Parts: sequence; structure tokens; C-alpha cells
Amino acid sequence: MKKADPNPHANRNIMIITYAILVMFLGMIGCFVYFLQAESEDVINNSYNARLDSFSDRIARGQILSSDGQVLAETQTGEDGAETRVYPFGTLFAHVVGHSTKGKTGLESLGNFYLLSSHVNLFEQVINEISDRKNPGDNIVTTLDVGLQQMAYAALGDRKGAVVALEPDTGKILAMVSKPDYDPNPAALDAAWAGLVSGENTQGQLLNRATQGLYPPGSVFKIVTALEAIQEYPDNYLDYLFDCTGVLHVGDYSIKCYHSTAHGSQNLAQAFANSCNGAFANLGLNLDRDRMYTLAGQLLFNSDLPLSMAYSKSSYKMTGESGQWEILQTSIGQGTTQVSPMHIAMITSSIANGGTLMKPYVLDHVESAAGEEVKKFLPEAYGSLMTADEAGKLNELMTLVVTEGTGSALRDASYQAAGKTGSAEFETGKETHAWFTGYAPAEDPQIVVTVIVEEGGSGGSTAAPIARQMFDQYLLR
Amino acid sequence: MTNLIIETSKYLMILLAACYTLFNFRFFSFPDEERRNIMCARQNQAMFLNHLLAYLIIYLKTEDVRVGAFYLAQVVFFLAYIYLYRLFYRNVSRLLVNNACMLLSVGFIMLTRISFDRAVRQFILVVISAVITWIVPYIMERVWQLSRGTWIYAGVGLVLLLAVFLLGDTTYGAQLSLNFGGISFQPSEFVKITFVFFLAALFYRSTDFKTVLIAAAVTAAHVLILVASTDLGSAFLLAITFVFMLFIATSNWLYLGGGLAAGGLAACAAYALFPHVQTRVAAWLNPWPYIDDKGYQITQSLFAIGTGGWFGMGLYQGMPYKIPVVEKDFIFAAVSEELGGIFALCVLLICVGCFLQFMMTAGRFQAVFFKLISFGLGVVYIIQVLLNVGGVTKFIPSTGITLPFVSYGGSSILSTFLLFNVIQGLYILKRNEEEYDEES
Repeated sequence: MKKADPNPHANRNIMIITYAILVMFLGMIGCFVYFLQAESEDVINNSYNARLDSFSDRIARGQILSSDGQVLAETQTGEDGAETRVYPFGTLFAHVVGHSTKGKTGLESLGNFYLLSSHVNLFEQVINEISDRKNPGDNIVTTLDVGLQQMAYAALGDRKGAVVALEPDTGKILAMVSKPDYDPNPAALDAAWAGLVSGENTQGQLLNRATQGLYPPGSVFKIVTALEAIQEYPDNYLDYLFDCTGVLHVGDYSIKCYHSTAHGSQNLAQAFANSCNGAFANLGLNLDRDRMYTLAGQLLFNSDLPLSMAYSKSSYKMTGESGQWEILQTSIGQGTTQVSPMHIAMITSSIANGGTLMKPYVLDHVESAAGEEVKKFLPEAYGSLMTADEAGKLNELMTLVVTEGTGSALRDASYQAAGKTGSAEFETGKETHAWFTGYAPAEDPQIVVTVIVEEGGSGGSTAAPIARQMFDQYLLR
Repeated sequence: MTNLIIETSKYLMILLAACYTLFNFRFFSFPDEERRNIMCARQNQAMFLNHLLAYLIIYLKTEDVRVGAFYLAQVVFFLAYIYLYRLFYRNVSRLLVNNACMLLSVGFIMLTRISFDRAVRQFILVVISAVITWIVPYIMERVWQLSRGTWIYAGVGLVLLLAVFLLGDTTYGAQLSLNFGGISFQPSEFVKITFVFFLAALFYRSTDFKTVLIAAAVTAAHVLILVASTDLGSAFLLAITFVFMLFIATSNWLYLGGGLAAGGLAACAAYALFPHVQTRVAAWLNPWPYIDDKGYQITQSLFAIGTGGWFGMGLYQGMPYKIPVVEKDFIFAAVSEELGGIFALCVLLICVGCFLQFMMTAGRFQAVFFKLISFGLGVVYIIQVLLNVGGVTKFIPSTGITLPFVSYGGSSILSTFLLFNVIQGLYILKRNEEEYDEES
């Protein structure tokens, strides 16, 4: 066995292999550390993680608060120790705050981990432990504005629809209402549950229409068509002229303006302000459909939205291969295009914010039961949906809608609003869905509001007044 | 009140594990025996305290008197193993003995928490394995013909693997075990060791091109049978061990580069050929869309590790039983969930400590046969750790390899004991030799 080493490099090579393996281990440890430090929070909050439920054995679920500290949800403990989740505003915040019995939705799901983590000081934890009391969970403070929410809620009344209000330069969700709604308080929810989930229920009360509802965008989509025209003809898009007779005939097809109104000679700005269907359908025939498909993708159609709550993806199908009818329809927001109100609000918000989309968020910060801040969520930019120049041009077009066009409901306000109306056909013989999306003040936008009223008729007369109430409430109080 | 004790001891246990790990690496930094021995003694203290705290919590939580008896039995075993081993073999590597005991104790703690019966079964298997493998260093010291058994090693390995392939039971989509009257036996666990002995014996005689070809052919036979039995983790393990041992035996970089390239190609081929490999890779790249089926295990593992966080949920505060086969392949996730991410990292570093000791032992040998055995077994050991923990933490696709000494399973325990004791035997051999040289 005492053979001379025929291989003098063996030990050096053992070192090399040892180091190589240690480097792999470092990589693995790095991955593990990164997961624990950075990724685990999102993972933990997954609704498939059964572990969170067991937290509630030792921690009393925290409160959900509005931006000014009003209680939107809290857990009350009775004398017998029984816990009840209470939603003081009843149906008002049903979708955005959600419910926590019968599964968890809305913020109750999104903030579940924080609500069930306790950051009261060590001394108090020890006292609670010895006296066999639960530690109080952290509270989450939202970006929601109770006044705005109430305004939107009252304005929609008994009609179906949704209202979203955002702060364009931060992405804060100020209000989010969806109708019809339901009462998330456990007793009421228990009583109503069978009816809510019944196969015969066509009302969809549990659906958050603001993010999960998909609608034809109607004339609101002319923002996208106009943006494509601006991108293709940056210097002379305003020179586009169209003579509107109320109905546009192309081959066997015809496109009508709302109530077949003949707008007469329209340039692009006038056609946008008056929402002339003929002018935009004809414009669509003259645009590059493949480029427009790419633009729709950039505006987050057919793609994931930067949203942490449940939502439905918007869809857009027109390409270079599309036939004439599809082009005419798609250019004016009819046809197969489907969009959620939140998505429209996000596009509007990026126009109001010089082209940059801020990720919408509703969780502002987390604080311990004693009120100490535990975690702060900062505004985050998603990226640019368009250039600042393009956003500026759209701003001019949308301002004209208010000053000269269909947004007349906002014309005499003390601030300058900008926006776009829409009246989307969805079923022959039924009233159109009424859309409005816009922001104010146009020169320094502070709030974006998107409204849809199902079967509400014209956007200008039904949806725009709701937006006006919201702007008034937010800017003039 | 119980919660308070659990909460406090949770941090204490992390501290003890961290101290233990620190002593492990301080050990390497001291050149002299005396201070090294002090480190080893401190390791023992940290280990027994950690073990005591854990069983105290388990008792408080279950209020089962059997836990007390089981704890005492373990203490007796650990004390006997640590002291008798040293008594019998004077020049034993105390660090390796300590690390084996520490890893075993962590395994016992988690297994008792998950299933008392399985923990007891594991304990019995550990005692049997420890007693059987006790003799290994003794044999290695006296039997000089170990290097002559080249074809016996290859033959035994191939026959075992073929037997599994032809007669084996299928568990979790892979043919891994043979069944003898209710006792299941996983030959691949032992073939790792015979394979290293085969290569060492072969390369000890010659490293000419013809020998390399023969080695490659026998390796290919091993690997192909494993692949056919869909035990891809073991196939990968043997292949990489071959490439590394070949490189050490020949010092030829071409073999290393060529071997790694061939391994990469084979991995791509396996991906293209086997749907279950594609499944595992898909579940690794993004498990979330498949959370209900093929991504279930890894996502549950990530939930466990993530929810546990740095400091863990505390024993009995988590849900390790939610992870399928947690006691075998995914024990690391259970450790991380309840004892904490820091504790789990300590376990990982203890494994690295064992590996370093193996490599240092390899470096001390002039004799190629022993050098290669020590190196080869070290690689087998650490790659197993890497494959297991990497699979659990989503660093690499999951391969179904167990974590040596911590995972539940008799074959894994016995083969790991064998592996450690072979190295221990080499270590003792070398130390005795050095002592003899010093005296003469």
C-alpha cells in the first residue's frame, strides 16, 4: 500500500473541487437567504398556505383602517372569548376590504399575514402570554378615503357598475366601489351565502366589478386609437379630417354615431371631443393594425396588470390580419375588446402622470396595535405606458372633451377636468353601458376617476356626473 | 405559560446550534490537538443542551411520558457512542462523531414531533446501524486486501441495482426499494459506497486510457440502470462522483471538462426523453400554477420555510405534516419551519464541516486508494446534501435524495453510518501511522 504518489497534483485538485462545491453551497445558501428575506412574504400570504389560519389561535386579528384612521374592519371579543369580525360600514367597503369568513377576499386576504402578526412590545407579549390572552395583531392602514367611497356608493345608487378613484402620481387607490354588493358582516353573510353562490344568482354580488368585471370599452377606447394616430403621425395627427353624416358606410358595413347624430366636418380633436364613431372607424382603417396591436400590449391589454388584488385580464384581438368589420368595430371600442374599469383607470392615470403608470395600491402601511409603524409601502412606478409628449397630447384632447364635447357635465366646474366618455353597446335592444374616465385638475392632476354604469345610457349624461361629484368631493372640500 | 417556555427555548436552541456550528469551524482554525479537543467538548455540551430543550418542549406539548423514556434512551445512546467510540479507537475524529450525533439528534427531534412511532423506529435503526458499523474501522485497519476487490464492488453494485430494477417496488414514481418480508431496503443507498470503492480500486492500479474507458463503461452501466429505474437523483450522484474521482486520479482537466459536458448533454437528453423529468423541471421553474398537483410538494415546502422565517415557528407551532414525505426528502423544510431558518443554515454548515473533514483526510493520504475513497465518499456525501437541500429550497429541481443522518429511513441511515465509519477508519489509520512515525 505504500506506493509513491504518482499524481503530485492530486491534493491541489482536491482543493479545487472542494472550493467549487463550496461555491455551489454559497449559491444555495444565498438563494435560501434571499427567499427568507425578500420573497417569503408574498409566498406566505398565498391562500393555499394553511399555516396562516393557525396563527389566529394565538393572535387576535388586527384592524383594517381607512387613510384617516376610521375602522373598516375589526375583531371584537365577547366576554365568553368568542371573536366576531365586524365591518362598521356594512356593504360600503364589501369588495375592497372583503370578508374573512367564508374564505378571505379583498384586503382580508391581501393583508392576512399582517393582520395575524403581532408587533406589540415584548413586555406586553409576556403579560398576555401569562394571563392567557391573545396578542393583538397588527393593523393595516389603507389608502381608502371614506368620503369618496361614500360619494361613489351613493352616486351609483341601485344601478350596477363600478367606480375607481386613484391618485395618479402615487397609484394610491382612493375609492373602489362595485355594485351590486353584499354585507360582509359574518351573520349577514351567513344568512345570504346560499343565495350569493347559488347557480341561479345572475347578479354577481361577490364579483368586484372594478377589477374583475370585463366590459366592452366603447368610446373610452378612442384614447387608444387616438394614441396610435399620435404615434404614427406625431406632427400632423390633428390634420385628419372626416365628414360625418351620422352613419359611415364601408362596403356592406355601416357604423353609426350615437343616436345617428351627424357631426359634420370633424378634425381629430373634434371627433375625439364629440366621440364621432364614423371618424374613428375610418381612422382605424388608415392605421397600422400590427403597430396598434403592439401598442395595446404596451397599454397592458392581453397581459398581467401590476395589481396585487384579484382581477381579470383585458383582451384585445385586432391584428394586421383582421377583416374590415373587426377594424371598424375595434377602433371605436366595440367588437371583441374587453376591459376592466381598473385597467381603464390605470391607462388614464398614466396619461395624468406624464405617461408613467404608478402601480395601484391600497395597503399604505402596517402598524402595531400600539400604533407604531411596522412596514410602509411606498409608491412604485410600473414604467412608462407612453412618452410624456404623447401624454401631453392626449391631455389636450381629453380637456377638449370637457370644454367642447361630450363631457359637458364637468364644463362649469371651478377646476378644469379632462376625460373621455363612452357608451358601450353590449347587447342589441339594451341600453348602452355608460363610461367616463378622467382626471382633474387637467394642469396638475390629483385624482383619476373611472366610472361605469351598466345599462346606464350615455356616458356623458350618466357616468360623467358621478365623476363630477367625486372631483368636487375631493378637490373642493 | 407553555408558549412562553417554547418561545424562549426556540431562541436558545438557535443560539446553541449557532454555537455548535461556530465550534465546528473554530476547530479547523486551531492547529493543536488540545484546543481542538476543547472545541469538541463544547460541541458536546451545546448538542446535549439543545437536545434537552427540544425534548422538554416536546414533553410539554404532548405530556406523553414515553417522550421522557425515549429522550433518556437517546441520551444513553449518544453518550455511549461518543465515549465508547473514543475508548475503543483512540485516534478517532471527534469532530465527525460529534457532527454525526448532532445531525442525528436534529433528525430525532423533528421525527418525534412529526410521528413518535417513526422516531422510535428510526432510533432502533440508528442503534443497530451504529453497532454494526462500529467494526468498520477495525476491519479497515486489518484487512489489506480492500483494494483487490475491484470487480466484486462493481458486481455487487450492478447486481443490487438490477435487482431493484427487476423486482423493485415503485414509490412516488421511482423504483427505489426491495421488499424482504415487510422490511424495505434501498440498494442505491449502498451502491454509492461500492461504486466509490470500485473506482478507487481501479484507478489505484492504473489511470491509463484503457482503464478510464473501462471505468466509464461500468459507470454508464450503473447510471443507465438507475435511469431505467427512474432514480435520476442517484444516477446524477454517481455520474458526478465518477467525473470528480477521475479528475483527482488523473489530474487531467480534459477529463473534467469532457465529463461535465457529457453530463450536461445527458441531462438535456433526460429532459427531452422523460416526461417526469419535464414535470419536475416545470414544477421547479414556476411551481405556482401547478400548486394543486405537480407543484404541491415544493410550494408546501416553501410555505413551511417562508412562514417559519429566520427564527422558526417553534416546535409544534407549524404544520410540517402538510408537506408530502416531509420525514424523508423534505425534513429540511420541517427543520426550517419549526426550528428556524438560522437553525437550518446551521445544519447545512455542519454538513459542510463534515465534508471539509473528509477532504482534509483525503489530502493527508499518500496512498491513492485511500485518498480516492476518502475524496469519493466526501463528494457522494456533500452532493447528496446539495441535491436534497437544493430541491427543498427550490434552488434546483427536486430529485428525491435524502438528507444523510437527518431524513427518516433505514437504508439511508445504515449507508450514511457506513460512509462515516469508512472515513473514520481511514482517519484512524492515518493517525496511527503518523503516531508510529513520530515514535520511531
